[in-house]
Amino acid sequence: MIPLDRMLLSGLMLLFVQSASAVDGQKVFTQGGAQPGATACLACHGADAMGLAPAGFPRLAGLPAGYLAKQLHDFRSGARSNPVMQPLAKALSEEEITAVTATLAAMPGPQTPQTLRSQSASGVGERLALRGAWERQVPECVSCHGPGGVGVGVAFPPLAGQPAAYLVAQLNAWRDGTRHNDPNDLMGHVAKSLSADEVTAVADYFAQLQPQEARP
Amino acid sequence: MKLLIAGPLLALLAAQVQAAGIAMEDQSQIPAPSASAQAQYFKPPAESELPDNAYGKLVREGHALFVDTKRRAPQYVGNGLNCSNCHLDQGRLANSAPLWGAYPMYPAYRKKNDKVNTFAERLQGCFQFSMNGGQPPAADSPEITALSVYAYWLASKAPLGVELPGRGYPDVAQPAKGYDLKQGAAVYQAQCAVCHGEQGQGQKVGADYVMPPLWGKDSYNWGAGMHRINTAASFIKHNMPLGKGGSLSDQQAWDVAAFVNSHERPQDPRLVEGSIEKTRVKFHANDGVNLYGQTVEGVLIGQGIR
Repeated sequence: MIPLDRMLLSGLMLLFVQSASAVDGQKVFTQGGAQPGATACLACHGADAMGLAPAGFPRLAGLPAGYLAKQLHDFRSGARSNPVMQPLAKALSEEEITAVTATLAAMPGPQTPQTLRSQSASGVGERLALRGAWERQVPECVSCHGPGGVGVGVAFPPLAGQPAAYLVAQLNAWRDGTRHNDPNDLMGHVAKSLSADEVTAVADYFAQLQPQEARP
Repeated sequence: MKLLIAGPLLALLAAQVQAAGIAMEDQSQIPAPSASAQAQYFKPPAESELPDNAYGKLVREGHALFVDTKRRAPQYVGNGLNCSNCHLDQGRLANSAPLWGAYPMYPAYRKKNDKVNTFAERLQGCFQFSMNGGQPPAADSPEITALSVYAYWLASKAPLGVELPGRGYPDVAQPAKGYDLKQGAAVYQAQCAVCHGEQGQGQKVGADYVMPPLWGKDSYNWGAGMHRINTAASFIKHNMPLGKGGSLSDQQAWDVAAFVNSHERPQDPRLVEGSIEKTRVKFHANDGVNLYGQTVEGVLIGQGIR
């Protein structure tokens, strides 16, 4: 159920995007960009842009436009590597990036249950998320990604509702150094301190944070 | 004759009543041992060891208050901070003023004012200065009790009255060149702004701060220990950026600490007769390195912000 204010906001933002830019972000999302190779986002990320969990394609809906635009620019420049996204991002124009990221940011993300740092934490994933592993200088995930991993500002993307396979792939890419486009290596040095089991556990934790699992 | 005596007595009494609002005169630190790379730090008990009884329950309440202070004790928190913002890892982390290092040092005698301060008074000082909370919770309040029990538990089996390695924020000596606000601004932009914001405003999700504001109305006030550049430099050197403690040079830590603490924040609650100068002389002149009451680039620092 999408809250009313979110719907109004989304509508307003879409309106704004369409009037402010000659490029239709919704069209880029559903049909792709003007140049060949600029495939429509929805083909892989889903009609609701919530990602495709079995394939590990990430959720884009509700992610900050600034974060999405940075990733597209990083794919373009090679600062972030991915065989599908790099050529795709190169085929998008600057205007198309601006428009489509605004469209995606305005799409509703999942409703995340309220989680507090004070609640008890059991299991490897939840402990990493809420307590960290400070003996290895690993902060609580929520201290940067926000309560329940909802994301904070443009630099700290949401983790909640991301497919576990996507989160595992990214953490492993940071661990082996193939992903390194985070500000000041803030994520890289954390990921390098995690074991393979911890990566799986914490990815599962955020992937499974759903409203119906909210605890009293 | 009686009246003559009663006059000064009343005045004394009045002064005491007024002073009752300030439980502990300042947040000056008990000296912390210097940091050592080889230090074997005290290990507080694990959460999983907590007993399932009234004691365990109270420890959990203290923990909850500690990490979720603004939400759990809004009447005593006048800014956007939580205890855990300055005491990382829920008050467990060495060199981040861990509670297991603080608790066994109280009651503490202080030569400076020939007073003995209790742990409860120290906590009240945190509420008044770091949390800019106005009248702090009473010494026997549920809040102070729960926080004290939490600290006691973290200090389980720690020796009493011993300065444990890793207590406080071990001193980082001021560099020979002093500090430079402009270089501090550059360090801030490069290392801190991504979390704490371009204007030190912190970052929120909904109504709650995730990354704490470093200056402005929602940050610690001019009486807080963290307003001292030396204290902030030590905190920053050991603990910032989050998870990357020790990565800044001493010079960078001092520069950025000075930059942060050159910005306005809520007024010192001990403000003397409305005078920044009198407050500077009484409380700041001999309190480490700080900019309160000084003029920087033509602007008087310490005017406070509401």
